[in-house]
Amino acid sequence: MFCDVCKSKEATVFLTQIVEGKMQKVNLCEGCSKEKGVNDPTGFALADLLLGLGAAQEIDKNPAGNRCPVCGFSQADFKKTGRLGCSACYDAFAEGLSGMLKNMHRGSIHTGKVPAKLRVGRLRNKEMTELQASLQKAVQEEQFEEAATLRDRIRKLEEESHAEAILSQEPSAEVNRIASITQSLGTVEPAQALGVPKPRKQS
Amino acid sequence: MKLSRIIANTGEWLSGAGPHDQIVVSSRVRLARNLKGKPFPGWAKKAERVAVLEEIRTAVEQLPEMEESFSEKLDDLSSLEKQVLVERHLISREHAAKGAGSAVVMNTSQTLSFMINEEDHLRMQAIRAGLQLDQVFAMINQTDSELEDTLDFAFHNDLGYLTACPTNVGTGMRASAMMHLPGLVMSEQVNKIINSVNKIGLAVRGLHGEGTEAMGNLFQVSNQTTLGETEEEIIGRLNKVIFQILEHEQNARQILLQQRAETLLDQIGRAYGILCHAHSITSKEALNLLSFIKMGVDLGLFPSNNRLHVDELFIETQPAHLQKGLQVTKLGAEERDSLRAALIRAKLKQMPEPEIGKIPTNGSSTTSTSSTSETSEES
Ligand SMILES: [Zn+2]
Ligand SMILES: [Zn+2]
Repeated sequence: MFCDVCKSKEATVFLTQIVEGKMQKVNLCEGCSKEKGVNDPTGFALADLLLGLGAAQEIDKNPAGNRCPVCGFSQADFKKTGRLGCSACYDAFAEGLSGMLKNMHRGSIHTGKVPAKLRVGRLRNKEMTELQASLQKAVQEEQFEEAATLRDRIRKLEEESHAEAILSQEPSAEVNRIASITQSLGTVEPAQALGVPKPRKQS
Repeated sequence: MKLSRIIANTGEWLSGAGPHDQIVVSSRVRLARNLKGKPFPGWAKKAERVAVLEEIRTAVEQLPEMEESFSEKLDDLSSLEKQVLVERHLISREHAAKGAGSAVVMNTSQTLSFMINEEDHLRMQAIRAGLQLDQVFAMINQTDSELEDTLDFAFHNDLGYLTACPTNVGTGMRASAMMHLPGLVMSEQVNKIINSVNKIGLAVRGLHGEGTEAMGNLFQVSNQTTLGETEEEIIGRLNKVIFQILEHEQNARQILLQQRAETLLDQIGRAYGILCHAHSITSKEALNLLSFIKMGVDLGLFPSNNRLHVDELFIETQPAHLQKGLQVTKLGAEERDSLRAALIRAKLKQMPEPEIGKIPTNGSSTTSTSSTSETSEES
């Protein structure tokens, strides 16, 4: 049986670990097992070894710092457990993770299901990126008529997304205050309630 | 609803029918989801886990499809009860090891189950008999969409659904089929199949044990990758491979019948003999012998109305299931082995001996040729 890492030397070190609730076997030659730190149980990152060879090394190169700013999870924690601390860790360790994800999966961009709440905005973002690329191209090729059309479309999308952002916001304290004033006015004329003298009727 | 009432019934995935259910025992799709802005369970503090648990549990219990359901915190279940759920594939071994801050919710037919605060905040699965991954995915996808109305899941514009382990990010989906492959094991082809499937981003694993040592010749075929393809693409690829394995298994059985019929009959006959008369049997030996009996039913050596008895024995002979009806707290391994043997004897008593004549072996085909020639001589 050949070593899973170099695939050339005979494997002499056999590891079995539970990953994701399933048994995983890794067979290594003497040289690779030393290099991967298998003999040193504290330094041995299993997820790294099994799931994307060299991933822990890559994540080490991450210059953004050692900890996730949101949850405080560290690279050392990730190395040890193969798990992340919170959603924000994906951005905090993005640089190191991207190589790992590429090794692990068939692509690096999600193309599957999107929660309904996010679907509209996501489509618009995609369209926006495409429109901006076309706009740039049109400008470069001096096709100004087309560029103008594209620019208008982009403005419309921007307005839409701005409007939606406002609508989806929680009513802010300011808005609530205004609403309660309007309510308390009742049938009284607004100007009166606010102490503005009523314009004198011309008799 | 009480757990004892739920587990008194065999789950739909075992007792129900589905396409190709002789070889494909069950199809399962699991989705991993996390709540936006909350640390993953492994890193969260207890109070945070408890808050997530309450939020998700309420949302799950309010689903229309969960009107008749069982819902319990893991620290309110005994270790035996948790083990029973593991043996039925309703929760994972990891989840069973969790205590405070984790829970399980499932419907009465045991087709839907929810693990709250396993490795991710929520892992939900749908499971059904036979090969029907598309239907099972539709089921869990619907549930996921309903939950979206009340729960905000962590979702990344590029990476999709975010999970504690980067191996699940993207769709967060693990689709799998449990396959019974005694033909491929006997003809020593199973390792070749495992290796080639592993090269295309899918995985074949023994349900208990690895490769040819897989107990009961049961294997799980699943997707390994979750990012870069849609759910439908993943399931499409998986379906294709499962069909190929299915054909290889059918072929292997055909070839065994043609070339090694005596060995095959010998194995099935011995399995029947041992299981009918043993007074002590380990889980491993039982599963391996039951696999031959199961294949015997497929080949028509036993009446097909015995199928469910045999399939149930695969689950009923597992350690926790053996003990679930008993008042005693915990049996030793030896006591379990004799209890297991007694249970199998009792069930197989209802089953007639294998009908060797029913098998289209070389031997029987010679007999039929000679009898034809006799008839032609007479006429
Ligand atoms: Zn090597
Ligand atoms: Zn974090």
